[in-house]
Amino acid sequence: MNALTAKSDASTLLYMEDVTVSFDGFKAINQLNLYIEEGELRCIIGPNGAGKSTMMDIVTGKTRPDKGVVTFGGDIDLLALDEPEIATIGIGRKFQKPTVFEALTVFENLEVAVEGERSPGFNWRYGLSNLQKERIADVAEIIGLSDQLGAPAQILSHGQKQWLEIGMLLVQKPRLLLVDEPVAGMTHQEMDRTGELLVSLAGSHTVVVVEHDMDFVRSLDSRVTVLHQGSVLAEGSMTDIQANTEVKRVYLGE
Amino acid sequence: MRPPFRVNPHTKNQLHRMRLFTAWLCCAVLLFAGRFAIGSEQNDLIDSLAEELRDRKTVAQAIDTIVSSSSEKKGEWLEFILEGKLYVRKSDNKVVSVVKSDGGFTLSAASNDEALGEAGKRDVSKIKINNKLRAKLRAALAQLALSNPDPEKRLEAVEQMLSKLDDDKAEAISKLSATESDPDVKEMMVLAGSVHALENGSKEEQLSAIASLGVNTRSIVSQRLQVLSESEDADIAAAAAESLEKIQKRISIFEKVETVLFGLSLGSVLAMAAIGLAITFGVMGVINMAHGEMIMLGAYCTWFLQYMIPGFIEYSLIVAIPLAFTVTFLVGMVIEFLVIRHLYGRPLETLLATFGISLLLQQSVRTLVSPQNVPVSNPSWLTGQIHIDPALSIAVNRLVIFFFCIAVFMVLMWLLRRTFFGLKVRAVSQNRQMARAMGAQSSRIDAMTFGLGAGIAGVAGVALSQLTNVGPNMGQAYIVDSFMVVVFGGVGNLWGTLLAGLSLGVANKFLEPWVGAVVAKILVLVFIILFIQRYPRGLFPQRGRAAGN
Amino acid sequence: MMGTLLRGDRGGQVLLTVLAICAVVMPMCNLMLPVEHPWHVSTYQLNLFGKYLCYALLAMSVDLVWGYMGFLSLGHGAFFGLGGYAMGMYLMRQIGDRGVYGNPELPDFMVFLNWESLPWYWWGFDFFPVALIAVFLVPGLLAFIFGWLAFRSRVNGVYLSIISQAMTYALMLAFFRNEFGFGGNNGLTDFKDILGFPISAQGTRVALFVASAVAVIAGYLLCRSIVQSRAGRVVVAIRDAEDRARFLGYRVESYQLLVLVISAMLAGLAGALYVPQVGIINPGEFSPLNSIEIVIWVAIGGRATLYGAVLGALLVSFSKSWFTAVLPDYWIFALGALFVLSTLLLPAGVAGITRRRVTST
Repeated sequence: MNALTAKSDASTLLYMEDVTVSFDGFKAINQLNLYIEEGELRCIIGPNGAGKSTMMDIVTGKTRPDKGVVTFGGDIDLLALDEPEIATIGIGRKFQKPTVFEALTVFENLEVAVEGERSPGFNWRYGLSNLQKERIADVAEIIGLSDQLGAPAQILSHGQKQWLEIGMLLVQKPRLLLVDEPVAGMTHQEMDRTGELLVSLAGSHTVVVVEHDMDFVRSLDSRVTVLHQGSVLAEGSMTDIQANTEVKRVYLGE
Repeated sequence: MRPPFRVNPHTKNQLHRMRLFTAWLCCAVLLFAGRFAIGSEQNDLIDSLAEELRDRKTVAQAIDTIVSSSSEKKGEWLEFILEGKLYVRKSDNKVVSVVKSDGGFTLSAASNDEALGEAGKRDVSKIKINNKLRAKLRAALAQLALSNPDPEKRLEAVEQMLSKLDDDKAEAISKLSATESDPDVKEMMVLAGSVHALENGSKEEQLSAIASLGVNTRSIVSQRLQVLSESEDADIAAAAAESLEKIQKRISIFEKVETVLFGLSLGSVLAMAAIGLAITFGVMGVINMAHGEMIMLGAYCTWFLQYMIPGFIEYSLIVAIPLAFTVTFLVGMVIEFLVIRHLYGRPLETLLATFGISLLLQQSVRTLVSPQNVPVSNPSWLTGQIHIDPALSIAVNRLVIFFFCIAVFMVLMWLLRRTFFGLKVRAVSQNRQMARAMGAQSSRIDAMTFGLGAGIAGVAGVALSQLTNVGPNMGQAYIVDSFMVVVFGGVGNLWGTLLAGLSLGVANKFLEPWVGAVVAKILVLVFIILFIQRYPRGLFPQRGRAAGN
Repeated sequence: MMGTLLRGDRGGQVLLTVLAICAVVMPMCNLMLPVEHPWHVSTYQLNLFGKYLCYALLAMSVDLVWGYMGFLSLGHGAFFGLGGYAMGMYLMRQIGDRGVYGNPELPDFMVFLNWESLPWYWWGFDFFPVALIAVFLVPGLLAFIFGWLAFRSRVNGVYLSIISQAMTYALMLAFFRNEFGFGGNNGLTDFKDILGFPISAQGTRVALFVASAVAVIAGYLLCRSIVQSRAGRVVVAIRDAEDRARFLGYRVESYQLLVLVISAMLAGLAGALYVPQVGIINPGEFSPLNSIEIVIWVAIGGRATLYGAVLGALLVSFSKSWFTAVLPDYWIFALGALFVLSTLLLPAGVAGITRRRVTST
């Protein structure tokens, strides 16, 4: 009890407690408790089917849990909001499979994502403000796609699409970034740059990374949460986790 | 375009059939009356009686002779005498039956129905009878009909008499009922006695008749009870009213049962039309807008078979089913090979291309066969009704189609669940890449699956050819309906498709008497539209994370 | 304003220029040149072309929802038909007592059905402004209700297409009924005049043709104003990855609803201009085949280009006229083949060919 109250203090940005969701009797998430601090970089690992993506679905409003509490920024009940509302209060998500808007150019992708008014009437009448244009230019610089702003997204390489999607997250200026497998299909060079970028974002943003690649997770040097069968199995630094016998058992089947 | 739940022409057809049946019954009573006499030579008897018949004094005697004769036409003669249609031609003492025409009579020989041309009123003289003789004639006629050796004919005779019972008939019936051996006929005879007692009996007889009739749903019973319920005698009125109420309740239950049965048969048609689509759409994710045309081709296979071998109609359906399956299976494979496989992953393009195919198929049939509907005959074992109760009967073809639908469904389930082919189909449908890696030739499986969907549609077409008109446009109406059934039942769930088809059929039939066929159809459509929008995955959704992607 | 709307839209610039020239020159060739003159355009030709322009506007409205938003509507004939019926009702009321039965209060078909009085939904259609509002409002309202139900519960893809077909099918069944009050089988016809001008007079025909051309040009600019705005980009984004757009904070359904309602209103306008030019509207306009033919215009012309839709509508309609005159039995074959071949071989339509050539040179 004490541990719980200690963790749900004012600096907790994302608060998930006793969350359970099942599909046809299979409990994808089982009494999950997860607390993410403001400005933290957190990695979430776990074997297939551990509930990582479902956890993100719950936070972003795609899936409704059967029970449990999910709040954001201390007092916002995420379960009462739908996807667009959750996005507008500052939660951005990068999908496991890169989903950029293929038919739009790089610039247009960023333009659609950039923080600002979302209503159709407004966007029919008005273009981008100078501030928004600047942000797009800045982010394009960061993700290394400044030279390809006019290119349709469908011609980008897999790694570039991953970067564009991260860029779309950045222009969106969320408080919390949920990043699902950001380095899948990337070269080592690209991975290193992605790692640097994510680390540099922490502090000003809160970043949750779901990843399979252990080397990459180690390179982030952050707090790690291990999910297993829909609940938290272990939490701590990467070194702690690697020493944990439970984790070894789950991962290696010992 | 015709409304797709095309039941009206069929019901009309049935009505027509029923009317024929009644007419035939009337004839039967007359014709079979004299059947147990063999010889047609006995038919000349009537002419030898001409003199006696003309004379008022001897006519009774002559009638007795006729009654006791063994002529096969004696029923007819007696009937004619009773109706005043039997005359004697003065010129040659020939007994004739007449039909009145302008200013004269058209004659035909009573002995052998030979047409004898026209005659003036004065050339013939009518065989005149008095009331006493009339009663005698009626009794004799009733007696004749009721002593037919075939129990079914006796049953029909009693049934026929129910609505126009008089003392003579009632007496004849009650006499015969003592010796009647067939239980059904006997029951009917007792019923006739009670019905007669309702009208003409003493108070006690009436009361006991009301009690013994119970909840008989024959309309004649209701009519008589209706009269009695307004009787001045309070006891009788009360008993009759009570009985009447029970009967009406029973009839209304039977009406509901009938609606359900009608709905089930319509539903089985819908389900059968939809199952093929459920395979192509549910298993392969391909929407085949030419699905209705596969149904149409199946129906045309039936027609073609009957057209080529006209003497083979009784068994044509049994051959038509495999024929239609093979033809549409092959057509489906060809379509898959030429068009569908180039469009996988582009469902909307598939929709357009298959729509084009449906136009091509329709127009081909119009050009090659005819733009008009073609006649498809029903084999005799599919016609007629099964009578469960006077207020409840089922058309045989609808019953057969219901069970046929279930059978097709079962075979399909077995094919998909229990065979190696089915295993491969399911594997490909769930994960194309993986199945391919495991060695399933997904392109061949796809072609076979699409062919299977088309083949089932073809078989459905054979069944539909027995219910609706067969024409180039017949398939069009089914595509939206089939799709609705598939979606309503839950895509990818064959059980759902079956249940959805049946329940939509029943719903449609319950709505029809309220609002008419067209509005019922619209209401069902609107309901499904709203339903899909509320539950996009149908009645029996496939749940889980995979379903969302 | 027009410059910005058409920036980068080469096809649109060419198309609108040609249309504008036609709208001026063709009426002049009709009105000013004598019949024998080789450049004379007959009123019949003008009328035919005016009809095709209505199809073009209709095709554009389908392109807006299909090409840009990814909703393959198999029910746009319903919006077209409703717009047409709204106009038809006004034209019916203009007949006054010149009908066969000479009843000043009721249209002929109501007299025939022994109706006592005008049903409430016919009230006000004596006045052109009311009819004009209905031309936009009725299809718009149907689109709003349909879209609100569908988009809110995230029905999409093939489901949405089939439901849209069911919608127009249900309307067809309803309009076929006499009790529905729109002339049943025969629909509305025998129109006499529009805004006080005799409907079959040469001048009226010319005016209707010009109105159709103007409507196409205005509709084109309106559609461009949507697709080249930020909202247009969002709509395309929704088409390609609906969930992603939602996670970016967009209320997907309100974009879809906006586009669908605008599209339905354009289709309604097309129907309203079509009816006085062909002189009849009947429930056949609601038949699913009609709606799906519109889709093939767009597919042939090329999706998500707008000008391709216009091109496709004109192309297919002209070939249909040619076919039905020369080889009447083979039109359906040709149409069926068009569906199959265009999806297999010409996924980007005619516009795709020209565009490819432009980019390659």
